[in-house]
Amino acid sequence: MDLFIQLTLTGLTNGAILALAALGFVLIFKASDVINFAQGEFLLIGAYVTFAMIAQFGLAWPLGMLLTLLIAVALGVIVERLVLRPMIGEPIISVIMVTIGLSSLLRAIVSSIWGNQPKAFPPFIPSNPVNVLGATVGEDRLWAIVIAIVMLGIFSVFFRRSREGIAMRAVADDQQAALSMGISVKKIFAWAWSIAAASAAVGGALVANIVGVGPELAGFGLRVFPVVILGGLDSIPGAVIGGVVIGLLEAYTGGYIGQGLNQVLPFIVLIVILMIRPYGLFGQEIIERV
Amino acid sequence: MQRGFLSKLNSSVLQPGETQLRVENVQLHFGGVAALMDVSLEVRQSEILAIIGPNGAGKTSLLNCISGLYHPQHGRIVYYNGEEHELTRLKPHQIARLGIARSFQNIELFRHMTVLDNLLAGAHVHMKSNLLSCLLYWGPAQREHIEYRRFAEDIIDLLEIEAIRYSTVGALSYGLQKRVEMGRALAMRPSILLLDEPMAGMNAEEKEDMARFILDVNEEHGVTIVLIEHDMGVVMDISDRIVVLNFGQKIAEGTPEEIRQNPLVIEAYLGEEAHAFPFKFNPKSEVSD
Amino acid sequence: MDSGIFHTTYEKDMALRRTPAQKIRLVVFILFLLVFPFFANRYYLTLANQVAIAVIGAIGLNILTGYTGQISLGQGGFMAVGAYTAGILTARMGMPWWGSTIVACFVTAAVGAVFGIPSLRLKGLYLAIATLAAQEIILWVVTHWRALTGGVDALVVPNPVTLGIQINNDFNFYWVVWGIVGLVTIAAVNLFRTPYGRAFIAISDQDIAASVMGVDLFKYKLLAFAISSFLAGLAGALTAHYRNIVTWERFTIDVSVLYLAMIIIGGLGSITGSYMGAAFMTLLPAVLTNLGRAVKGFYPAIDSILPFIQQATFGLVIILFLVLEPEGLNKIWKNIKDYFRLWPFSY
Ligand SMILES: Nc1ncnc2c1ncn2[C@@H]1O[C@H](COP(=O)(O)OP(=O)(O)OP(=O)(O)O)[C@@H](O)[C@H]1O
Ligand SMILES: [Mg+2]
Repeated sequence: MDLFIQLTLTGLTNGAILALAALGFVLIFKASDVINFAQGEFLLIGAYVTFAMIAQFGLAWPLGMLLTLLIAVALGVIVERLVLRPMIGEPIISVIMVTIGLSSLLRAIVSSIWGNQPKAFPPFIPSNPVNVLGATVGEDRLWAIVIAIVMLGIFSVFFRRSREGIAMRAVADDQQAALSMGISVKKIFAWAWSIAAASAAVGGALVANIVGVGPELAGFGLRVFPVVILGGLDSIPGAVIGGVVIGLLEAYTGGYIGQGLNQVLPFIVLIVILMIRPYGLFGQEIIERV
Repeated sequence: MQRGFLSKLNSSVLQPGETQLRVENVQLHFGGVAALMDVSLEVRQSEILAIIGPNGAGKTSLLNCISGLYHPQHGRIVYYNGEEHELTRLKPHQIARLGIARSFQNIELFRHMTVLDNLLAGAHVHMKSNLLSCLLYWGPAQREHIEYRRFAEDIIDLLEIEAIRYSTVGALSYGLQKRVEMGRALAMRPSILLLDEPMAGMNAEEKEDMARFILDVNEEHGVTIVLIEHDMGVVMDISDRIVVLNFGQKIAEGTPEEIRQNPLVIEAYLGEEAHAFPFKFNPKSEVSD
Repeated sequence: MDSGIFHTTYEKDMALRRTPAQKIRLVVFILFLLVFPFFANRYYLTLANQVAIAVIGAIGLNILTGYTGQISLGQGGFMAVGAYTAGILTARMGMPWWGSTIVACFVTAAVGAVFGIPSLRLKGLYLAIATLAAQEIILWVVTHWRALTGGVDALVVPNPVTLGIQINNDFNFYWVVWGIVGLVTIAAVNLFRTPYGRAFIAISDQDIAASVMGVDLFKYKLLAFAISSFLAGLAGALTAHYRNIVTWERFTIDVSVLYLAMIIIGGLGSITGSYMGAAFMTLLPAVLTNLGRAVKGFYPAIDSILPFIQQATFGLVIILFLVLEPEGLNKIWKNIKDYFRLWPFSY
């Protein structure tokens, strides 16, 4: 029972972080039909920039976090403007490939600044062991879950209430109609990319706080795929639920079965979902016309 | 180089007038939208059957059901070629193999291929070389290739597209693309040719050419034609029989003369636009997109 | 357009339509390949051999992705299947190198066809994601099925020897691998002037129209996966015999991405483009390494950042090509040819 609770909490933590990464991924897809292979690098950059702010420059963590978010937003805007905008209207394969190229470039930049060695992260969130229903877990994991929930809450309020959020949903629904209503689609793409970078950055900071920073954090980029396929590429609640389900699945298989099965099971789930319900649990089904 | 048309186009074994295709009580829905409601009709060997009706009447949907792209929730579509084939149970490529060819409303050519390659692709069902001999471009594969190259030339002659043989299809004008698409369908040596608005967006001269090609194929080769067309002048001129669809229902069927006088048909068209049938009821046929 | 030249008989017309200039270029290229090994040192021979293997893999991927339009991120995984099959058959069962290579091709073709099954329901980026999963699953099996593959440890493959000649020294391997490249090229060119290849292109252009023309989408998509994986398996098996060693690190998702980059930068749906992309992406890191060596004298720290420079260049090259010349090297090459064809009247 202790093990179960422990695994559940681990799974929820990972799920929360996956959800943050997946949220940005889904947002970009919804707004612009682009699959972002560089989402893991956004998370990586978030982790390293937070690291730099807090460990290297010695800033207080709220300030450090805020600066990280600003940098992430700027990065999102720059990437959209320089790399993605010229690709509007190009075939899918080119769009996929350009984000792959981007991921390679970003990873190289991070490594050339901070090197390739994993580094310990001065925890800005206390990691004292606490007792939850008889199981012992690090306090930081609980905080990670809480922060992720708060962030996801903020994002969903943003979509429901703010002008930009509503405009983004309009663009996602129908680009032509949105255009005719005077919404600037280009601005919306830039918003999507900056929010994606920002939410991934928060995810990155949270993982870094738990496991330290290192280049392998970019691996979250691939782990996002099972999440978004499960939830539906264009569904924001799907990203959250998918993140939690995959996070738990990884934790339980890792804890109860082992053998590294937790690394591959999400991808098997991915293929199964694609075969039976390609638009995911919550995504919209598209019918083709002739 | 002038040559008569040597190749046989029509692969049907039926006698003219025999029932070739029977659509029985077909119903097709998309969610709440009923595209076809209880439609029945019959296509006879070597006739030209026109299907007309206002926009959204379900004409294209009917063709899509026949070629296996849509699956009706109810009813059957049966094809006769000596045997009986229930098309509603077959996949599109199996239906093609039975000799049912078609063109599309929004031109669906293979844009990156040349005209010639499009025609050869149309003859796909007849090419039988195996993979190995193709990879080696050996004996049979090479012979077959040359044989069909000659056959494609017949179609090029028939449709008068000699000048654009080697042009990439994507770069051609709309009218020529429509012509090539018909050529590709003919390369299948079809028994039935389904044409979805083959003259849409053409000028008068191009339409006239196209009507002539359709008549040629029908009269000289006995290929059955099912034609969706908005230009009433053409429809009245070339078709043997006409079926009228409106809101997914068949509201009339008969010879051009009968259809011209059918009150239901007149009402359907007047309801859509206050122009006297049968002329110019559909602005779409005047504009090219 | 080469409309100036007329072909009189269908036989001639069906033969590959080549202009004299094309024929001359082809002959020059072949002559170059024939004399190259007698002048090149070991380093250049190694590079040439790596390029050859990459050409095979790139043609394979181009058949699937460039011609048939099925985006695959599983190339690395399929190459792993070929490499491990060949390695295991030769190392554990003593099969001759050529025997295990042939078996490896067929095994990989079968595995590729299995992972191609989702292509019947999935298109575009959904299929790309499915092949990404295939890549991850294959590599997981390779690293976790210790009894068969040795897991994460390297699998050592005995030297390939035929008639007393050791095949994998750089000079001998050059002839073997470029000979195979020649055969693969001829087969690929033939494929695309016969019904199979046309069906592939038809599927990528307009799959619904293709099916209405009688192309069995299921059969031909699986076939495209099989043929493509056959060549990926061949590239993998040749790598195993050439290097005497198989390790999983050579077949990660990065390799899938590298091959995708090759065909995009070379030119999708083009055999010539596959050559150019394979050469470009194989030689680029080597060129950077040499540049690094050159500047080392006055900038000794170059060694530690060279890998990052290579990675950054890789990403940058991809982005720049896609933004500036999405049709790749093949298009650039065409433009150059057109320029000189009209020369000196080109302005
Ligand atoms: N794939 C589809 N998904 C949803 N609805 C469809 C689909 N195909 C057709 N419909 C609907 O079915 C109805 C009939 O459409 P169809 O295309 O058959 O009309 P049509 O008679 O060919 O019209 P037009 O003259 O404009 O070509 C329309 O209401 C259309 O919106
Ligand atoms: Mg229609």
